[in-house]
Amino acid sequence: MNATIAYITFRGMLGRRRALLLLVLPVILLLLAVTLRATGYNDLTASTAVLQRFALGALLPLLALIAGTGVIAPEIDDGQIMYVLTKPIPRPVVATTKLLVAAVLVLLFAVVPTLVAGMILTGDTARLSVAFGVGVFAGGMAYCAVFVALAVVSRFAVTIGLLYALVWEVLIGNVAPGARKLSILQWATSVADSLTSATAVTSEVSLGAAVAFLAVVTCGGAVLAAGRLRTMPITGAE
Amino acid sequence: MAELRLDEVSRWYGNVVAVNGVSMRIGPGVTGLLGPNGAGKSTLIHMMGGFLAPSAGTVTLDGARIWANQQVYRHIGLVPEREAAYDFLTGWQFVLAMAKLHKLADPAAAARRALALVEMEYARDRQIGTYSKGMKQRVKMAAALVHDPPVLLLDEPFNGMDPRQRLQLMDLIRRMAAEGRTILFSSHILEEVERLAGHIEVVVAGRHAASGDFRAIRRLMTDRPHVFAVRSADDRRLAAAIIADDSARSVQLTDSGLRVEAVDFRRFTWLLPRVARDADVRLLEVSPADESLESVFSYLVSS
Repeated sequence: MNATIAYITFRGMLGRRRALLLLVLPVILLLLAVTLRATGYNDLTASTAVLQRFALGALLPLLALIAGTGVIAPEIDDGQIMYVLTKPIPRPVVATTKLLVAAVLVLLFAVVPTLVAGMILTGDTARLSVAFGVGVFAGGMAYCAVFVALAVVSRFAVTIGLLYALVWEVLIGNVAPGARKLSILQWATSVADSLTSATAVTSEVSLGAAVAFLAVVTCGGAVLAAGRLRTMPITGAE
Repeated sequence: MAELRLDEVSRWYGNVVAVNGVSMRIGPGVTGLLGPNGAGKSTLIHMMGGFLAPSAGTVTLDGARIWANQQVYRHIGLVPEREAAYDFLTGWQFVLAMAKLHKLADPAAAARRALALVEMEYARDRQIGTYSKGMKQRVKMAAALVHDPPVLLLDEPFNGMDPRQRLQLMDLIRRMAAEGRTILFSSHILEEVERLAGHIEVVVAGRHAASGDFRAIRRLMTDRPHVFAVRSADDRRLAAAIIADDSARSVQLTDSGLRVEAVDFRRFTWLLPRVARDADVRLLEVSPADESLESVFSYLVSS
């Protein structure tokens, strides 16, 4: 972890229009929660659906994609990454710092809004909001690690990330149940499932397996990003 | 004494060879890396800066391998060609951040010193995005100098600068060199290199074409057959007069005037007006026909 790299990255993420992008989805989630509460439609089934489908299923992967690729991809594209890489700083420190910034952004713009929306919708019923808060957090870490690694490995990280989140997790997951076992979304759901008594939340992956998968993917992403940064050529346009 | 050393360095991208078996040593003082666009200058600088692994051969700084060795950055300052710095930071924040990344004992003092060196204190609190091209170049220079490195690599530092900024930067580079630093800069403009560099390395098409002080390189470049396009009041008579003098190897009558292949650049440019006057022919236009840098360089390679 390097404070200066974190500072520059936060400035880059929050100082520009991308900050608005980060804000849109959480604001929609909160508006949805407030509207449902105000109109009295906030029963447990509806609340669960909002948290599961929207907070966990849509807001989290998209936000993690914006944050995970945003902390490093623009710098690689524009070449500023060289200011960081031409310093006597071990590359794993660079990678983990970028990952940490992405994680903090997910915490601020996905985990906290999920918790707040859950509270607005259900209060403390069935510990639903905490369960989803933790689930979103655990899934968020894994998503961030995957997307940061993707951003270091490929220039098409956003496209590949979107394909993974939309096609693999949603589409193929619906058609081929086996694919669901290899899905960050399912692992995160499993974590949420284990923490709430609401019966609508179910996952096909056992908690133990889910936690193990999440840990492996998070660490694997970090290691891959660090390793790739070490030998990343910064090709000049000649 | 910092010495950069390249031994039989090659770099290829797939089937394209960008740098081919280049060996050179770069010691203290200013060295100019001269070559036409696409000659492999940037590839060479990127390998010296540790951005690219050589496909073959070794690049070392005082014996230490540069590729995948983060520790060499304590001794190297690098000014990239690409303009992008962190545009959302102010000059001061940027240079200070670089000082901190180097883990200097007193980053604020180092940043102040570096900004003073490039005379950018007056704009230090403005965002880099609002800087002119020359100012960006200088703040990048400050960032590269913040840890007081013995080696400074600059990739096309004068690109897009106006003449005043160019002079300022040349002055700064000279001062840096006078302090005993090893400075290498790339350029495709002979005049720039000639004015600044005590030593010149020429690369053409990925190969090391020539090496030496600027006088030697200059001679190589000017003492070669030159082709001139000449228009005059009476081309036929002028052609006869030129042929009678031995400063030209061949003269060709074309629709658009004469094509004269001169043996010696300086001698011919000096002689032509006198020959024309003596033959009583009015010169309308004299222009070098093959002054493109590529043709100069390709002559160098073939010789």
